[in-house]
Amino acid sequence: MTEDERPAPGRTHLDVTPPSETAREPGRSGGILAWLDERTSAARIVRAGMRKVFPDHWSFLLGEIALFCFVILVLTGTFLTFFYVPSAADVTYDGPYAPMVGREVSAAYDSVLRISFETTAGLLMRQIHHWAALVFVAVVVLHLCRVFFTGAFRRPRELNWIVGFILLALAMALGFTGYSLPDDLLSGTGARIAYSAALSIPFVGPWLASLAFGGEFPTDAFISRFYVLHIMLLPGAVAVLIVGHIALLVLQKHTQYRGGPAREDNVVGRSFWPVQAFLSSGLFFLTAAICSLLGAFFQINPIWLFGPFDAAIVSSPAQPDWYVGWLDGALRIFPPFEPTILGITIPSPFIPGIVIPGVLFTIVALWPFLEARFTRDDRPHHLLDRLWEHPRRTATGVAILTFFAVLTLAGGNDVLAFAFGFEVEFLTLLFRWLAVLLPIAAWIVTYRLCRARIVEGERPGPPLAGHALVRGPEGGFEELAE
Amino acid sequence: VLALFGITGVCGIALLVVYALGGQTQVEGVLLFGALGGLGAGIVVWGQRLMPARVRIEPREPITMAPRAIAELEETLTEEAGFSRRRLLVVGLGGALASLAAALAIPVFSLGPAPGRSLFVTSWRAGRRLAIAGGSPVRASDVPVGGVLTVFPDGDGSDPNASTLLIRVGPDAAATAGRPSASQAPDAGQPPSATDFVAYSKICTHAGCPVGLYRSSEHVLICPCHQSEFDVLDGARPINGPAARSLPALPFRLEADGTFTALGDFPEPVGPSFWDMHR
Repeated sequence: MTEDERPAPGRTHLDVTPPSETAREPGRSGGILAWLDERTSAARIVRAGMRKVFPDHWSFLLGEIALFCFVILVLTGTFLTFFYVPSAADVTYDGPYAPMVGREVSAAYDSVLRISFETTAGLLMRQIHHWAALVFVAVVVLHLCRVFFTGAFRRPRELNWIVGFILLALAMALGFTGYSLPDDLLSGTGARIAYSAALSIPFVGPWLASLAFGGEFPTDAFISRFYVLHIMLLPGAVAVLIVGHIALLVLQKHTQYRGGPAREDNVVGRSFWPVQAFLSSGLFFLTAAICSLLGAFFQINPIWLFGPFDAAIVSSPAQPDWYVGWLDGALRIFPPFEPTILGITIPSPFIPGIVIPGVLFTIVALWPFLEARFTRDDRPHHLLDRLWEHPRRTATGVAILTFFAVLTLAGGNDVLAFAFGFEVEFLTLLFRWLAVLLPIAAWIVTYRLCRARIVEGERPGPPLAGHALVRGPEGGFEELAE
Repeated sequence: VLALFGITGVCGIALLVVYALGGQTQVEGVLLFGALGGLGAGIVVWGQRLMPARVRIEPREPITMAPRAIAELEETLTEEAGFSRRRLLVVGLGGALASLAAALAIPVFSLGPAPGRSLFVTSWRAGRRLAIAGGSPVRASDVPVGGVLTVFPDGDGSDPNASTLLIRVGPDAAATAGRPSASQAPDAGQPPSATDFVAYSKICTHAGCPVGLYRSSEHVLICPCHQSEFDVLDGARPINGPAARSLPALPFRLEADGTFTALGDFPEPVGPSFWDMHR
């Protein structure tokens, strides 16, 4: 069997004849396609690409949305580079924003104020850029969760899992460097904390921090360095890895959910052209539309309210962008532990700022290999698991997400204290306990729920709601995934 | 579908008009939303409703190459270049590449100065006056009880790591803390004495944020970044939150003319700790 075409359930289907191999004798064919093919002989490959099969499930679109966010970020970011000045040089602000007139600010901060208040559509582009960045990281994380919980990372896709993991790390680095560029009070404080965490790396910390920031913080160099990272090196790396990510996907073909005709040795879905191509490009414009709406109405990072960076001043409350919140939370709630043994001091940010994120990220990065080792299952898998089918994996994933969630909330302990009238000291103590206990509780509860679901599934009973049954050509009934 | 594309057209033209009129963020955003959303929705509806949705089933071949193919590739890589017969040359090439890489990595060290002793020192020196940035030396009588000032050496704010908090805790608090206090009877008219004042580094010993909040009723300094709290009456000892080290105290003297003079630099590094800070 090479290819099998059948109508989609419930749809009228007229076009039964496969597109015929149109007679294309040399010299007779005309038009731009022929011209191109006679010089590249790409027609076969392009047609094969157009017939790539996409399984139809909404969760497969998360990765696409992430890609679209990146495209939006590159477009709006390019617009911003035309006006942004990556310099820490002192200038006196004399623009239309009255409260800041006459203040000594950095050229970078000044240029962002000008983008916000003077450039036509500048504020809109800036806000779309920032919102798209937040959505980008969020969708990357959701995509990672989808791949994790369905077991899509198993052999042969471990390599692509690692590529995706690096993309997540790069996305966070892009977000952090971009966040620092306006050189406002809040972002400068964030850079300062990053510098302190770098300082806490054993022995080489002071060297690394000095090399990264160009001396002892605060320096004039770090704005221009972050700029180069943010607009060239990091997005370049992301672009290359996205190509690799998709190339591996095409080579290995999509995974698919169980149900219907889906088996380990086939892929069931629609061709890239035309339906999937239309859906995907439509999705691109819809993603851009949502980001535009967010950028239009939801003010983000109003740096004119924060003021320019000054190393001797800080504002309160101070919260980073959401995907850094868990790191900040870890720093906030970690107990004051700074022993000096034999003249060597372990700095207090070392464990929450370096060790915990390092261990967590290593576990996530190596998860496909860890799972293969512990389950002794190194076989290739192309069918996806349902959430409950692998209780230990699901429970571990939920526990890690719970840990991140507690830390992220802890990163807002000052805001929570203010909003709910608690003492910050009480919340810090509470979050210390929650960070330890909730992930364990989440693991146990999730594990139990999955086990119960498996047992329930083994009992004969009425089909579960939300699953369609289709009558197959042989007369039997089959469950159709979603 | 055509109607949706129509929305895009209308919004696109309206966007041009708004641009031409000088622009307005919210209106631009809504029009952009309409234009992109119309286009996106139109394309999706077209794809979903008007195109034949054919489900295709494609076979999936095993991904791995045959073991023979792998062996052949290995042979092509090594044998055809003769690597196995020229072990020494291969080692030499590896060594040459490694030393070249090392040489090319050296410019990395141009990125920043060697840390040296820079983390151990600030610009405080014996004899420098305590003054707010760009201002004249602070006089004791300028600071009310419970007041906090951020001071720099002679008002030179160019070294942010020298930023120091000068706090007038008042004779009451100084007495309760068990410290020798020159003023026996707390009296509003009493001139301030040196023991009414403390001076601590403003750089948090946890992650380096400026310790910017002071709860004067409890004599507690609070870092707004991670909520570390320091007891001003007890040597700025950390009493809450993640900080584990006291804020370094600046040695100073109250002069006869009411100004303050530093007696030297901080006795230990200011700001966040590092592994070899006690070397």
